[in-house]
Amino acid sequence: MDLSLSCRNNREFNTNFFLTFNEFCAIILNNISYFSDISVTSLLADCPLLFNNMIEVRELTKSYGSTIAVDQVSFDAHAGEVLGFLGPNGAGKTTTMRILTCYLSADAGSATVAGYDVFEESVEVRKQIGYLPESAPLYADMGVIEYLNFMTQVRNLPKSERKERIRAVIDICGLEDVIQKDIGELSKGYRQRVGLAQSLIHDPPILILDEPTSGLDPSQIIEIRNLIKNIGQEKLVLFSTHILPEVSATCSRILIINNGKIVANGTPEELASQERGEEIVHITIRGSQESIEAELNELDFVSQWNRVDTDNGIVGYQIHASQGSDAAEALFHVVVKNGWSLTELRQESVDLEDVFLNLTDKEQV
Amino acid sequence: MTNITAILKKEFRSYFNSPIAYIFITFFLGISAWLFFRGFFLVNQAEMRSFFGLMPWIFLFFIPAVTMKLWAEEKKLGTVEILMTLPIRDYEVVIGKYLASFALLTVTVLLSLVLPLSVIYLGNPDGGTLIGGYIGLLLMGGAYIAVGLFASTLTENQIVAFIFGITACFVLLIIGEDIVLFNAPNWLFPIFSYLGLGAHYSSILRGVLDSRDIIYYLSLIGFFLYLSTLSVESRKWR
Repeated sequence: MDLSLSCRNNREFNTNFFLTFNEFCAIILNNISYFSDISVTSLLADCPLLFNNMIEVRELTKSYGSTIAVDQVSFDAHAGEVLGFLGPNGAGKTTTMRILTCYLSADAGSATVAGYDVFEESVEVRKQIGYLPESAPLYADMGVIEYLNFMTQVRNLPKSERKERIRAVIDICGLEDVIQKDIGELSKGYRQRVGLAQSLIHDPPILILDEPTSGLDPSQIIEIRNLIKNIGQEKLVLFSTHILPEVSATCSRILIINNGKIVANGTPEELASQERGEEIVHITIRGSQESIEAELNELDFVSQWNRVDTDNGIVGYQIHASQGSDAAEALFHVVVKNGWSLTELRQESVDLEDVFLNLTDKEQV
Repeated sequence: MTNITAILKKEFRSYFNSPIAYIFITFFLGISAWLFFRGFFLVNQAEMRSFFGLMPWIFLFFIPAVTMKLWAEEKKLGTVEILMTLPIRDYEVVIGKYLASFALLTVTVLLSLVLPLSVIYLGNPDGGTLIGGYIGLLLMGGAYIAVGLFASTLTENQIVAFIFGITACFVLLIIGEDIVLFNAPNWLFPIFSYLGLGAHYSSILRGVLDSRDIIYYLSLIGFFLYLSTLSVESRKWR
C-alpha cells in the first residue's frame, strides 16, 4: 500500500484544513517506522482494522449516453464510519452506489471495496457488502421468513447458522410482528425494514443503503437512524439521502455530491464552519439612523452591513462580521454606550442547509 | 451449484405462490385432453400422434407465458438490483431461472401422462413412439423456455416479453416447415431445414432418438442461455 500516494490524493479533494484520518495515520506510521526500523507495511498488517480503507474510490466516471452521471469521483471510507452521501435528486448518488455494489460498471476510474477490485473481483466485493437499493425492492409474493431464508441460501451461510442469523436480523430490525405475513401485505415502513434485514443477514463489514428512510413516518425514521448509528460503530455504513437533518443526526462524515462531482467532504461541523467564514448578526435598534450607521462604519470587525428595514425609529440591520469577533456581544456594548435601545439581537446560524444550498447552487451556475 | 439450487427453488415456489402455475397446468391439461379425445375416437387408433403433433403450437402460446416474468418482473420491480448484487454469478441466476421453468414444464407434462395411460388402457399403443414423444416434448419445451427466457431479459414489460417470446419461437418453428423452405433461396435451404424446430421434433416423434436431434436441442438451449447471460451482463458493458 502506497501511503504517500493516498496522502496526496486525500489532500487534493479534501477541502478542509484538518488532517484526514489517513494522513494522520500515515504520519504516525512513518514516524514510528523512521525511529524504530519497523516497516510501514508490517505495522499496517498488525492493525488492519484501524488503518484499513474499506472503500477506496479513484476518479470514477460513468455516463449514460451524453449525460455524465458520475464525474471523476474520488473518496475513501474506513470502518467505524457512517458516511452520508448527500445531494439533490439526480446528482449521481445512486449511480455511485450501484457501481460500488457491482450492479453497474464505470466508464473510467477504479474502486476497491475491502481491498477487492470492484470490476475484477466482483463476487468477492459483493460478499463484503449488504445493499439496500432505493425504495427497497422485494419479492411481494414471498413471506418474510421465506425471503430471509432465501437470502441466507444465496449468501451461502452455513446451514447451522441460518436460523440464528434470521433470528438476529428479525430482532435488530423489529420484524417480530410481521414474520407470518407476505411481503406484499406489509406497509412501506416494514418493507424497508425487511430490506434492511436482508442487507444485514450475512453480517457484512460494509453496508450500503440508498435512501433508507424515504417514505417512512417520523418515528420510523428515528428508529432507522439509531439503527444506522449503532451499526456504524463497528462497520462502515454508506448511505445516501437528500434530507438534510438526517446527515447531521446520523453521519460522522458527509460527502456532498452535485452533478456527479464531489463538492464537499468532511464532518458536519467542519463543513458548517468552513462555510461560515464570517458571522452574520441581525440587530434592530431604536435610535437615529444616521448615527447608528456612522457608528457601524467605524467598527473594524464589521465588514459589511445592510439596512433591512426601518419602522418608526426602529432600524434593522444585517451585519457581516469577521469570524471569531464575538460580534453580537460587541454590538450590544456599542448600543449601550450610545444610549440606544436594543429591540432584537440575533446571531444567524450557518447550518448544513446553507452549505448544501451554496455548494449545489454554485455548481449549477 | 448451491446458488443455482437456491434460485431454482425460489423461482419454482414463486410460480406456485402466484396463480401462474395453476392456470398453466389447468389450461394445458384441459386443452390437451380436449384436443386429444376429440380425434381419438374418430380415428379409433391407440396412438397419440395427433396429440404430439399439436404440441409445438400449444407450447408456442403457453411457454412464453410462463417465462415472460422471469426477468421482466424483476426489472420492473427493481428486485433485480438486489439479485444481481448478491455474490452469485450472472449465469448461475440464468440457469436457476431456466431450470425453475423447466421444472414447472416437467410437472405439467408428467400430469398429462393420464392421457397415454388411458391409451394404454384402451388399446395397445407403440411404447417407443410414446416415450419418444414425451422426450421430444420436454426437449422442445426446453428450447422454447430458453428462447422465452432470453426474450424476458430484453424488456421490463411482461407483455412485450410474451410477444417477443412467441415471435421468436414461431420463427424457429416455421423456418423448417415446407412452406417456408420452398420459398427460401437455395443456399438457405439446408440452414433453415436444420434450424427449424419442427423437423427435429417430428423425427423424435417417430420414436427415433437420433443423437443429432438431441444435440440440436441441447445446443439451441445452450445458445439461448448464453445469449440471456450476455443480455443480463449488458448492464455492465462499458
